[in-house]
Amino acid sequence: MSDLLIRGGRVIDPSRQTDGLADVLVHEGRVEAVGRNIPVPPGAAIIEAAGKVVAPGFVDVHVHFREPGFEHAETIATGATSAVAGGFTAVCAMPNTDPVIDSAATVGFVVRQSIRAGKARVFPIGAVSVGQRGEQLTEFGEMVEAGAVAVSDDGKPVVSSHLMRTALEYAKTFGIPVADHCEDMSLAHGGAMHEGVVSVRLGLKGIPSAAEEIMVARDIILAELTGGHVHLCHMSTRGSVELIRRAKEKGLRVTAEATPHHFTLTHHRCEGYDTDAKMNPPLREEADREAIRQGLRDGTIDCIATDHAPHHYDAKEREFDQAPNGIVGLETALGLGIRELVSTGLLTLPELIARMSTIPARVFRLPGGTLAVGAPADLVVFDPDRRWEVRKDQLHSRSANSPFAGEVLTGQAETTVVGGKVAFQRPPDRLLDA
Amino acid sequence: MSPAALGKDLVGLEGLTADQIRLILDTAEPFKEVSERPIKKVPALRGKTIVNLFFEASTRTRISFEFAEKRLSADTVNVAVAGSSVDKGETLVDTARNLEAMRIDMVVIRHGSSGAAQFLGERIRSNVINAGDGTHEHPTQGLLDLLTLRDCFGKLEGLKVAICGDVLHSRVARSNIWGLLKLGAEVGVCGPATLIPRELAELGVTTLPRIEDAIAWADALNVLRLQLERMHAGFIPSMREYNRVFGVSLERLERAPKELVILHPGPMNRGVEIDSDVADGPHSVILPQVTNGVAVRMAVLYLLAGGGPDWRAPMAGGGDDR
Repeated sequence: MSDLLIRGGRVIDPSRQTDGLADVLVHEGRVEAVGRNIPVPPGAAIIEAAGKVVAPGFVDVHVHFREPGFEHAETIATGATSAVAGGFTAVCAMPNTDPVIDSAATVGFVVRQSIRAGKARVFPIGAVSVGQRGEQLTEFGEMVEAGAVAVSDDGKPVVSSHLMRTALEYAKTFGIPVADHCEDMSLAHGGAMHEGVVSVRLGLKGIPSAAEEIMVARDIILAELTGGHVHLCHMSTRGSVELIRRAKEKGLRVTAEATPHHFTLTHHRCEGYDTDAKMNPPLREEADREAIRQGLRDGTIDCIATDHAPHHYDAKEREFDQAPNGIVGLETALGLGIRELVSTGLLTLPELIARMSTIPARVFRLPGGTLAVGAPADLVVFDPDRRWEVRKDQLHSRSANSPFAGEVLTGQAETTVVGGKVAFQRPPDRLLDA
Repeated sequence: MSPAALGKDLVGLEGLTADQIRLILDTAEPFKEVSERPIKKVPALRGKTIVNLFFEASTRTRISFEFAEKRLSADTVNVAVAGSSVDKGETLVDTARNLEAMRIDMVVIRHGSSGAAQFLGERIRSNVINAGDGTHEHPTQGLLDLLTLRDCFGKLEGLKVAICGDVLHSRVARSNIWGLLKLGAEVGVCGPATLIPRELAELGVTTLPRIEDAIAWADALNVLRLQLERMHAGFIPSMREYNRVFGVSLERLERAPKELVILHPGPMNRGVEIDSDVADGPHSVILPQVTNGVAVRMAVLYLLAGGGPDWRAPMAGGGDDR
């Protein structure tokens, strides 16, 4: 593998709290040096990054790649391609596939497909319970040995408090988080969107914020009981943010993520019954959106995760209450983060990068999230000022269920390097000025 | 106002202006008379083809639409879902495309999913009329309620109308709320708190906790049907208690400060939300509602089809139109 020199960019590395013009030299897949005026080694490939930002590649701890079982919507290869197109070098794939990723063998399958694709690193998340049925614990130890980095029954909550307790206790042995999809199913049952004035007007059954908050409260209480690490997926309500803030003040091992759509959109986006605005947890109210933003600002919410959830267009082209939940998110996350959080002054660009790379890598104990010398050369070069229009036919995911189609975002990945290899280079004709 | 101002589809009253609603009501007035003629037919929609696409069971609404269509001389086809391609797993979008391919002019759709009428309207060129979508809207029911109230009181401005019962799950309630508010009436809702969405206050609707409050406040009550499945889903403990606490009885009406008008969209559960002596008594305008339903639907069909000044002309020519 030839050396790679990324020259003249603004290098932002939250892991070392550095931000300044520098070159980055990559040798044998690792960061060899970061500094001014690094001489070009013979035979090195050069990426000119003047006017661009060079940062640790983004890390998404929550994606759905649909393989095995739903390859018409996404595969590990197409998902990993979408990831690098969005500047992500590592993603964690949720286990709600068919079959469910609940054994060393199926975890190994995801790892092999990831290596075969050769794009972003895809780390499997194993199920908490066999078949995600909420009954019997899976073999955490064997799954971790095969490559799993966390456990989750995402898509569903861990309903049984006893099972959640034992999962949190048992996971401590392996140093992995238990990621929970917080939803009281008896309250959320049949709901198609957030319960509020919009659901009343549209005549759609609502999911009250309490459905999430009750489970957040339970999980926090169990984290305190067990000392285990609970990671709360896709937080969407102001009440959840408040509960997590108090848990963190007590020093509990609680981490949380929020999605770009929850810090950008509100339930009003469901007006007109656009199924690309249907997801779970649902888009909430303005006060919730604001609380998520404040949570990202003050660190109550540790990281940004996309909950990338591809669906074939046939599946979304139907009655709102019948359509599946979820949207694709990997390729719009950076542009939304800059437009919604940095341009508004809520976060600095280094803070946004921290919430998209360094911190999620730390929370899930993954390699990456740093440009320290010797670290794997997982990095992204992006133009933080480029305004571009989201077009469904130009997304790299196999699905295009995005509520942001037609919107102009700010900031777009141009080059994504994984393990020292250029895994994505945006062709010049894709650099569409809006 | 030109008839085209109604737009292509009628999916709900929320999307209409007060002027558009008044246009429909005013257009319905002369259509009432057509149904009183010995030959109940005008040539307004001659040559138009209309499909009545009912994904849910309906008697009153389906028959009312069919009469409205036939009295306007349209050619109509009824599609019931049982035994149709939908039963074989066809999606709504495919059903829509197939109808479109047959070059029809209008679709009247009743569907269990909120938003289904809008979904259809966005995907076909034909006019779409919502005959009830999930728990969203039932605009022609709302319009016939408005017409009936206007007949009783002469105007709607300042009128106080209480909608009583299962507002949460009622498409009739939503269409009534929008129509009444837009035409200047005051709207109250009354029912068990489990069936009254709190957020209605944001729309300018008054919540009346008890039926006695509604009766004391209102000029008219629109009493909604209480469906048995609400009891099974735990919203109310029993039909018996519902009648005891929220039923509209003659005894309660007699304590009202003024004579109330009672509407009900049907079908009624006698002895549950409404007592028989009220339904059959002098307060009730339940049957005039049904009569007005045909006139209102004729007006909607006529206006969406593009209207035309000459519908009153007697049927010309021979043939079986005579």
